[in-house]
Amino acid sequence: MAKFFTQEWCDLYKEAINNSAAYEEAAKTWEGDFYFITEPGGPIKEKGYMYVDLWHGKCRGCEVVTDPDKYKPAFTLAAPYAIWKQISTKKLDSTKALITKQSKLTGDMAKVMRYTKAANELTNCTMTIQTEWLD
Amino acid sequence: MENFSCPFIAYGDNALDYLAQIKGKKAFIVTDKNIVKLGLLKPVTDKLNATNIKWEIFDEVEAEPSLDTIKKGGIAVGKYQPDWVIGIGGGSCMDAAKAIILLLARPELEPEALSVLEDFNFRDKGKKLMAIPTTSGTGSEASWAIVLSDTKDNRKLGLGTPEVMPDVAILDPVMVMGMPPQVTADTGMDVICQAIEAYISSWGTSITAGPALIATRLALQYLPRAYKDGKDVDARKEMMNAAMMGGLSGCNSMFGLAHGTGHALGGIFHMPHGRTVGLFLPYTLEYIINGSEEALVKIAEIARYCGLNAGSDKECAKALIARIRTLAKEIKQPLSVKECGIDKAQWEKEMEGLVNRALNEVMTMTAPRVPGTEDLEKLFRYAYDGKSIDF
Ligand SMILES: [Fe+2]
Repeated sequence: MAKFFTQEWCDLYKEAINNSAAYEEAAKTWEGDFYFITEPGGPIKEKGYMYVDLWHGKCRGCEVVTDPDKYKPAFTLAAPYAIWKQISTKKLDSTKALITKQSKLTGDMAKVMRYTKAANELTNCTMTIQTEWLD
Repeated sequence: MENFSCPFIAYGDNALDYLAQIKGKKAFIVTDKNIVKLGLLKPVTDKLNATNIKWEIFDEVEAEPSLDTIKKGGIAVGKYQPDWVIGIGGGSCMDAAKAIILLLARPELEPEALSVLEDFNFRDKGKKLMAIPTTSGTGSEASWAIVLSDTKDNRKLGLGTPEVMPDVAILDPVMVMGMPPQVTADTGMDVICQAIEAYISSWGTSITAGPALIATRLALQYLPRAYKDGKDVDARKEMMNAAMMGGLSGCNSMFGLAHGTGHALGGIFHMPHGRTVGLFLPYTLEYIINGSEEALVKIAEIARYCGLNAGSDKECAKALIARIRTLAKEIKQPLSVKECGIDKAQWEKEMEGLVNRALNEVMTMTAPRVPGTEDLEKLFRYAYDGKSIDF
C-alpha cells in the first residue's frame, strides 16, 4: 500500500511498468518522458509533478519532483486529483479525459496517437498498485 | 463528466430551404470534383444566391483526404475569410470542411495537430460550420471526427475535437437520390457498423444508445431497398436518418473493433471505408461475443429490437451476425478479404503493419473485448479466408 503521488508510489509504478509484458510489447519503439501534473484542488494543495521516463518499453525512472525545472520532458499530462484518481482506477478512460478536456496533454500529438495501446497498458499498470488515496 | 455534442439538424423534403434562414455574407464550399460534375452544388448555391450570400468553391478533396489537400484548403479559406464553411459530399468532403474551418481559426497549425489538444474557438471569431451529405454512410454531418490520410506511411489519422461538431447538418434526400448502387452499398455497410459498434462501445451510455439502436434497425430494413431501387425515396430518407444517427451516437461514444481493423485494411490497401469496416463487422462481433458476456447481452438486445428473436442471448446475437452476412451478400459486398482480390502472400507480408495499426486505434481500445497481437493476427487470417471466429 502506497500513498498516491509519493516516491513510494512512484517506485511501485516503475516496477509495475517494468513487469508488464503487454506494455513492453506495445511501447517497444516509444521514446519520450513525461511530467504527470496534479493540479491543486481537493486534497491537493500545491501543484505536484511526477517525472516518468519511458524508453523502449521500459520505465527508466519515476520520481516526485519538487522543482519543475529539474527536467524538460517531451510531454506533460495535467489533471486535477479527482480526474487522476478516476483514470488510475479505470473509471475514466485517459483518452476520454482528454476529449472532454478534463485533462490536458502537451507534446507531439501525432507521436502519442501511434501508441494508444501503450497508453492503455500504462493505465493497466496503475491498477496493479495498492494505492492509498488522499480522500 | 460526460457530454453529448449535436448539430442543428434540418432534414426531410426541402430541407435545403433551411439555407434561406442562415445569416452571413460569405460561404466557403468544400467538396470534390465529382459532386460538382453531378450538379449537386447547384441546389445549394441557388439558395445561397437567393439569400445574398457570396460563395467560393474548393473542389480538390480526394477520397481519404491527404494532409497536403487540407493544407491547400487551409490557405484558400484563409484568403477568402468566409463566415460559413460548408462541406458538401461524402465523409471525405465533410471531414475536410471540418479540418479547413479549424485551420481558418488556427492557420499556424499543421493538419496533424487538429485535435482535442488544441483550442480553436472559431465561433468566437464569427465562423460557423455546415455539413450537407450526399451519401448515407459515415454520418460525418453529425460527428466531430475527422479522418485524414497520412500518405507518407499509409496510415489513417483519427483527428477532430468536439468543437468541430457542425453547427448545422442538412439532410435533404435530393442530395442522395442519384447515389450509384455500389456507393449505396459501401456507405450503407458503414451505417450498420457504426450503429452497432456505438451501441456496444465501452464508452457508450444510455444517451448514446438510443440513436444507435434505431439506426441499426433502419439500416437493416432500408439498405437493401435503397440498393435495389435508388429512386425509393422513403428508403433514401431513412438511410440518411440512420447514417446521421450512427455518426451522432458513435462520435459521442466511439466505434469499435471493426473500425480498428477496417482502418488498418483501408490504410494499407486503399478500399472504401464502409466496405472495409463492414467486412470485419461479422468477424469482430463473433470475437466479442466469445469473450464478453456484457457485450453479448447488448448484441442480443439489438437483434431482438431488429426483430431477430431467436431464443437465448447467444442465439439472438448469432442471428444478428448471420443477418449482417446475408445482407452484405444481397448487396454484393465482400464477405472475406480474399473476395476483395487481395493476394494471400501480400496479406501475410502486411500482417505486422495491419496488427500494429489496429492495435493503436482508439476504436480498438473502446471495443468491449480488446484483442492483443496474437488474437488480431488470427482474426486477420480468419477474415482473409472467410472463416467464422471460434476463439
Ligand atoms: Fe465508419
